[in-house]
Amino acid sequence: MSKKENFLKGFLKENPIFVFLLGMCPALAVTATFETSLGMGLLVVFVLTGSNIVVSLVKGFIPDQVRTPAYIVIIATFVTVVKMLTFAYAIELYDALGVFLPLIVVNCLILGRAEAFASKNNVLDSTIDGIGMGLGFTFALVVIGVFREFLATGGIQWGVYLPFFVDAPIHLFTLDWIINLFTDGFVIADYGLAVFSLPPGAFIALGIILAGFQFKKSRQIKRELEEKKKLIAERKRQALEKKKEKALAAAKLAKAGE
Amino acid sequence: MSFTVFATAIISAMLINNVILMQFLGICPFLGVSKKSSSAVGMSAAVLFVMVIASAVTYTIYDLVLYPFDIPYISTIAFILVIASLVQFVEMVIKKFSKPLYKSLGIYLPLITTNCAILGVSEGNITGIWTETMPYWEGLFTAVSVSVGTGLGFGLIIFAFSSIREKLDGSNVPASWKGVPISLVVAGIMSLAFLGLAGII
Repeated sequence: MSKKENFLKGFLKENPIFVFLLGMCPALAVTATFETSLGMGLLVVFVLTGSNIVVSLVKGFIPDQVRTPAYIVIIATFVTVVKMLTFAYAIELYDALGVFLPLIVVNCLILGRAEAFASKNNVLDSTIDGIGMGLGFTFALVVIGVFREFLATGGIQWGVYLPFFVDAPIHLFTLDWIINLFTDGFVIADYGLAVFSLPPGAFIALGIILAGFQFKKSRQIKRELEEKKKLIAERKRQALEKKKEKALAAAKLAKAGE
Repeated sequence: MSFTVFATAIISAMLINNVILMQFLGICPFLGVSKKSSSAVGMSAAVLFVMVIASAVTYTIYDLVLYPFDIPYISTIAFILVIASLVQFVEMVIKKFSKPLYKSLGIYLPLITTNCAILGVSEGNITGIWTETMPYWEGLFTAVSVSVGTGLGFGLIIFAFSSIREKLDGSNVPASWKGVPISLVVAGIMSLAFLGLAGII
């Protein structure tokens, strides 16, 4: 596997949430808005990269029987670091993530990568794997978060939970201006599907997105199957033609011999 | 320490703030083990058992060790280690003293270490119940009541969901919705029903 493939595999081919269904708890719990999804994703990138690096560094020293507890301690250390950093620099995000910030420890994705990849590969590959897989996880969370926030409020906000780069919360995207071309004083947030910001909406939104993924996958499998069938038919036809030609040539030869 | 505290904690943790449908803890066993009713019952019994012990132990450690020695920030590391070793310990004790119980719960116990519901309830007890001034026994009683309610809520949902799933297997679902997507939508509808219970206490 090349370095580029190693980095990119987490986004679609081996996406932790959409393909492997790992880390479903945060995928449902913290994706009510775009910002909390992005924040959670970036914290996971940090923890995953850090734990992958340390695990691949110490893989020679740890006896096989106690490796899982040892990995858990390494991950928990990074989670504690992240918890304190978030508390210091983004208290709004800390409050919004609540119990799911310490729960990064039991995110199956992180222990899974430590066990399946970092304990068998060198530091550089493990780092790339950690960043790639973490960004794939972030990508999935952001897709769900944007889907839910847009359906619930009709726009995407920035600056509420991650107060960086702006002084006051702003809308990155909203439909208000399109509708205001036709009617005045229309606020699309009043007409949002508020259920998508509540727990039931999380389940339904993730269900819809996963169904979309399965639909795409089934079509791809179908297409591949059809292509294979076509190829086989083509080969059969070619073989048949060759046989015919051979038979014809043999008949001609026989005639000439007579 | 009264019956009111116990009943309030049970109803609130079991029905209103349901661990799976409202707090999204323990989704992995919810989707993974809920294919058959019998395994759902086994899993939820094991979770209830470990959850009560774990929350009592972690609350005690936080109140009597971590806070007095001024190291509450290592609570995450301490809790996950305590839970992991506790699960091993419980497994050994059950194996020694009750063979039939081990046979029915044994295969679910190792899975529980990475079940986020256990750690989630332990952390939630600290942020939700623990205060500097609360007497130890009162806090412990509330924490245990909440964990009993959470465990019962987990069992209730996982059992109801496994029954629905057994029916779903025989129904005609469109190909792209088969498996996890339709299960998630069903869970969403169940969650919508439980949302109606908000505010009864």
